[in-house]
Formats: sequence, structure tokens, C-alpha cells
Amino acid sequence: MIQDVWLIPALPLAAFLVNGLFGRRFLRHATGAIATGAIAASAVMATLVFLEVLGGQERTTVTLYRWIGVGDFTVNVSALVDPLSSVMLLVVTVVGTLIFIFANGYMAHDHGFARFFTWFSLFAFAMLILVMADNYLLMFVGWEGVGLCSYLLIGFWFDKPAPQHAANKAFWMNRIGDWGYTIGMVTTFLVFGSLTYTEVFAKVGIATQANLTLICIAFFVGAAGKSAQLPLHSWLPDAMEGPTPVSALIHAATMVTAGVYLVARSTPLFVAAGPALQVVAVVGAITAIFAATIALVQFDIKRVMAYSTVSQLGYMFLALGVGAPVAAIFHLATHAFFKALLFLGSGSVIHGLGNEQDMRKMGGLRRKMPVTYWTMLVAGGALAALPPLAGFWSKDEILSGAFLSGQTALWAVGIVTAILTAFYVTRALWLTFHGEPRDLHLYEHAHESPAVMTLPLVALAIGSATLGLLVGFPPDQGFIHSFLGPAVTVEGAAERAVELSTLLGLAAVSVAAGIVGIVIGVAMYVRHRPDPAAVTRAAGPIYRLLVNKYYIDELYDHRIVEALRAFFGVLWAFDVHVIDGLANGIGRLAAVGGGGARRLQTGVVGNYALTVVVGLLVVLVAYGGYAAGVFKR
Amino acid sequence: MNIPVGAFIAVSSILFFIGVAGVLMRRNAVVILMCVELMLNAANLALVAFSRRAGSPDERGSVFVVFIFVIAAAEVAVGLAIVLSSYRNRPTVDVDEVQAMKG
Repeated sequence: MIQDVWLIPALPLAAFLVNGLFGRRFLRHATGAIATGAIAASAVMATLVFLEVLGGQERTTVTLYRWIGVGDFTVNVSALVDPLSSVMLLVVTVVGTLIFIFANGYMAHDHGFARFFTWFSLFAFAMLILVMADNYLLMFVGWEGVGLCSYLLIGFWFDKPAPQHAANKAFWMNRIGDWGYTIGMVTTFLVFGSLTYTEVFAKVGIATQANLTLICIAFFVGAAGKSAQLPLHSWLPDAMEGPTPVSALIHAATMVTAGVYLVARSTPLFVAAGPALQVVAVVGAITAIFAATIALVQFDIKRVMAYSTVSQLGYMFLALGVGAPVAAIFHLATHAFFKALLFLGSGSVIHGLGNEQDMRKMGGLRRKMPVTYWTMLVAGGALAALPPLAGFWSKDEILSGAFLSGQTALWAVGIVTAILTAFYVTRALWLTFHGEPRDLHLYEHAHESPAVMTLPLVALAIGSATLGLLVGFPPDQGFIHSFLGPAVTVEGAAERAVELSTLLGLAAVSVAAGIVGIVIGVAMYVRHRPDPAAVTRAAGPIYRLLVNKYYIDELYDHRIVEALRAFFGVLWAFDVHVIDGLANGIGRLAAVGGGGARRLQTGVVGNYALTVVVGLLVVLVAYGGYAAGVFKR
Repeated sequence: MNIPVGAFIAVSSILFFIGVAGVLMRRNAVVILMCVELMLNAANLALVAFSRRAGSPDERGSVFVVFIFVIAAAEVAVGLAIVLSSYRNRPTVDVDEVQAMKG
């Protein structure tokens, strides 16, 4: 079955081709079924592959064909199937299938239905290539592919200005990240002479410390761009202009975790390059708390979730940085479930309210949308890390990993972030579902979504509730550790012997942090003690700072974007005047020359005849001179 | 009677340059065609003279003359056809007035 692993991306690719070629004219709403069927079949394949890996096929390379071969340098189009990639394949296809099903309902009335499922299938294909690749170059193909699909789907409603701008912003900020990735890839090639993971990791020893650090920092720039880490985070909240299933699949569950996957995949490099790992940890922790504080004060339900995603990705990088890659992938998997659920739930609310996203106009919706309410409550609990929901197990592992690595400052940041997380999710759910309806007109028209949308919610809720317990128990020794551990842990890493009491104490602190956040949230929004409005007034400048997202967008616009504009203006002038001038000059030369030569054609037969005679005389004289020996050889 | 070959060549050259002068100076298209014929036949005369002078048994030079007759006939057919269609377009055979091909 592993030998057929290429079917997993091939099916969405086939769906993309069929939908793209025939969707708009002939298939119309059948495109949804085709795309969903393809990804569901991929999910079945991924499950079979996963089971085979579980059964002992620890590391298999399935080569499709040789792509590049120059001297000793070879790049194959081949898949590396190991525990890490099989877990990623499973997460992408299973969560993807549920979101595809949901999208059939959510997009049903959109006239871009066929186009949506075309791009959605292409995204699934690119993401699966990214995950399966056995070398950095093929991964880059998927990496750029998902970036393209992200751009296309953020700008899905391209007739409105906001999605256009958001799509451009996402594309540009991702370019910065891709620039880092490219530098990392080229340096890897120069240092190791290969781009295949196994060959590179086997030769880590030959690289100097400076080279390794450069490679890792460059790759991390790429990861930060894709996974929206500081300072390249600001595209992700804007990306919420896309349809909600896009936000759920691309900007919460899968694509934005590509950076985490990249770093986890490159663990041997990062471990060997000490300072790089520290950078990853610090950036992750700062991003986590930074985004969580912004999420506290947003009123757009999808923006809250977007900042929450940035924050949770920060947690994953924190885990990678403190040497707990298993915890990072574990959190990636659980986060895929509960954050996809939160987004789809938000989508269900938005759908039920006729495209209203402002939480200030919601309230009391739990009576109208019970399924959405209960499933989102499960996801919110998971995000707030309440045991025994999935988020608890993975987040607890990250925090205990940070604590046990000796970096207690990072651990403290993580705990504070956990409090903030629990608070904002409580606030968001309360404002949406509880209290009195604040906009009666909207409330009257609100309705629960159809089964095609609620069933995926229920399925994701089951995953969000049980996944942690299933694979993450007991902590640090659960199934996910025995399965993933050998794949991402570098040989010779010190085994930590930790006493159970320490682990329990750390878990208790995590749980307490979550409960504190929820209690504060409930106190403020249910009992108005203290009243949120009063807190807002008291916080004054801090509140304004948070509402304006630390003025990061303004900073970028006024400093960097303007400077770049000026720079690009110079390049544009060079292009127009020098490059185009050269091309136009050559063209003009031909035109002038032709204009001169045109005068020879007088149209008078006598002139032509005279020319012939003169030519004949010239030949005769030359031949005569040659025969008489005037011209010597 | 033994006429030296130089006399043939002299007559041939004179005929040829009369033809050239006619092509260059006359403006009547039909006369120009006649002058071209004159040039071709000057060449024919030279070829026959050289052929006899070389004394080749199978008269190779004379065979060329037959080819040139054929080509001259074809050339006149095409040339007169062009003149005729030009005349249908504009009722003149003065080549200086036909300048539609001016670049």
C-alpha cells in the first residue's frame, strides 16, 4: 500500500483537473462531490498508509521518477513515508475531508462554486506534495503551490477591494518567507551537495557551526512567513477575507502549519545549530503572547480565531525550540481539529446570520443553533486546554517541555498566554451564544445550518474531545511519542527522567491557568464584575494599542511599504528607460533602416533595369580585372 | 568563305548593346520586350559562332540556342500577359506611368 502512496496527492490533482476543465460549464454543483470524493479517497489511502507505517514500515522512499540529475547531484520526485509524514498526511486528508464536506453546504449559494472547489482541490494536492516530499526542492514545489492557492482563495471574492488587498498582502509577506526558504535551500545544497533529507541529515557533521546556523535561520524565516510568526504575522488575520472553509483548512488546520512541519522535519539540522533553536523558541513564545493579547479585544469572530491561530502556532514553535518536536506535532494535530472546528462553527454562525461577523451584533444564539453551540463549546474547551479535551494534552506537553528544558521564562510566558487564551475564547463564545440577542432583526432570521454543515462539526468535535486522550496518554509516553519519537528525535539526545510529581504539578498549573482565564471571562461578561466597558476605559491607551494590533500594520505601511515603493520606483524607471529603451531602440533602428531602404523601390521599371545593367558591368569589370591579374590573391 | 569569329562577336555585341539601350531608354513596354528579344538573339548569335569555331561534332552550343528560343517564347508570353493586365488596369503602356510598386 505504501508503494501506492502517490495516489494520495494524485486524486485531488485529478479532481482539480476535471473541475478546472469542465466545472464551470458542465459539472457545476457536481464539482463539490468530485472534490470531496477525491479527498475522502485520499483520506482512506492515508489511513492505510498510516496503518502500514504503524505495522513496522518505519521509513520508505517511493520514487516516482528522477527529476534532476547533474553529476552527483540528484533530485527525485519521491515520497518519504515515515511516522512524521504519515501523521501529517492523515491530519491533512481527514480534517480536509470534513472541511470539504462543510464547504459543500457553506458555498452552496455562491456562484463561484466550481471555481472554489477547483482551487480547493489544487490546494489539497500541493499540501500533500509538501508533506510527502523527500527533499527540500520538492517540498518547495508544494510550499509555493499552497502559497498560490492561499492567494487565490483569500482573493476568492475578487470583485471586492478588501479580499484583493488581503490576498496581495498574504502573497507579499509569504514572498519574504520564501526568500528565506530559498536561501536555506541553496545554502544546504552548497554545504551538503544534496537536498534529500536523509542524505543531508547523515552529513550534518561536515558543516561548520556558522553554516548550520545560517541554514536554520533562513529556513526559520521561511517557516515564520508561512506560519505567520513575528514579524511576518500580519497577513494571516487579513486572510480572513476569504471564505470560511478556506480559513479553516488553509489558515488554521494545514497550510499555516507547514512552517512547523518544516522545522520539525529539519530537527537534526536545528539541533546541531544551537542558537537557531533558541531563536525559534523565543520567537514562538513572543508570538504566542503577542497574538493572544490582540485576540482579547477583537470583535470580528473570525479575527479572534485568526489571532488565536497565530498564538497557537507560536506555541508549536516554542515546543520545537525547547526540543520537544513530538509535542509540537501533537499540538499541530489537535489544533488542526479544534481550530478547524472553531472556524467552521464561526462559519456556521456567519452563514446562519447572513454574513454577519461582528460579535457585537450576536448574542443568545445557542437557542437558535444548538449543534453549532455545543460543538464550538467543545472546541473552545480544547483551545482553553481543559482536561480531558485534546488541547489540554498537547499544550501541557509543550509547557512541561519548556519548563523541563530549563527555560522557565518561556514557560511563564506560555502560562500567561494560556490564561489569555482561555479568556478570549470564553469571551468570544459568550458574546456569540449567550446573553440577550443584541440585534433582534438578525436574531429573528438566524437558523441552524443544514446537516451537510453540522455533521462535519460533530465529527471534528469528537476528534477535538478524544484525540488527546487517545494518542497522548500518558503524557510524554503516549502513543504519539512511541510512534513519532524515533522519527524526529536526534540520536544521542539526553533522555529526561522526570518524576511523576513534577509532571502532575506542571499539568495542574496548566489547568489552573485555563480555569483562571475562564473564570475572569465569565466574571466580566456574565456578571459584569468588573464590567468590560469599565475595564476598557480604565485600560485606555493599552486598549487602544491592542485594538489597533500594536500599530504593526501602520508601521509596515509607513516605513517599509513606502520605502519599498520608492525602491521599486527606481527599479521601474530602470526597467522602463534602460531595459525597455534598449528593446525599443533596436526596434526603432530597424524601422529607420527599413524606411531608408524603402526609397530604393521607386516602382519605375527603367530604374530596375538600369540597376541590373550596372550590376552586370560591375561583375564584368571585376572578372576582367581578375582575369588580367589586377587583383592578386 | 571564311569569316573570322571576331566579326560574329562584333555583330553580336552591337546587337546586344542596341537591346540594352532600348530597354533602358524606351518607355513603351512592348518595345522594351522587343529589345529584350534582341539581347537574347545577340547571345544566340555568339553561341552559334563559338559552337562552329570549337568545331564540336554534336553542336553543343547550338543546343543552347534552342533552349533560349523556348525561354524567350515563354518570357514573351509572360511579359505580354503582364503588359496586357497592366493595360486593363490603366490604359497605358508607358512604363514610367506604372509606379504602383513604389515603396
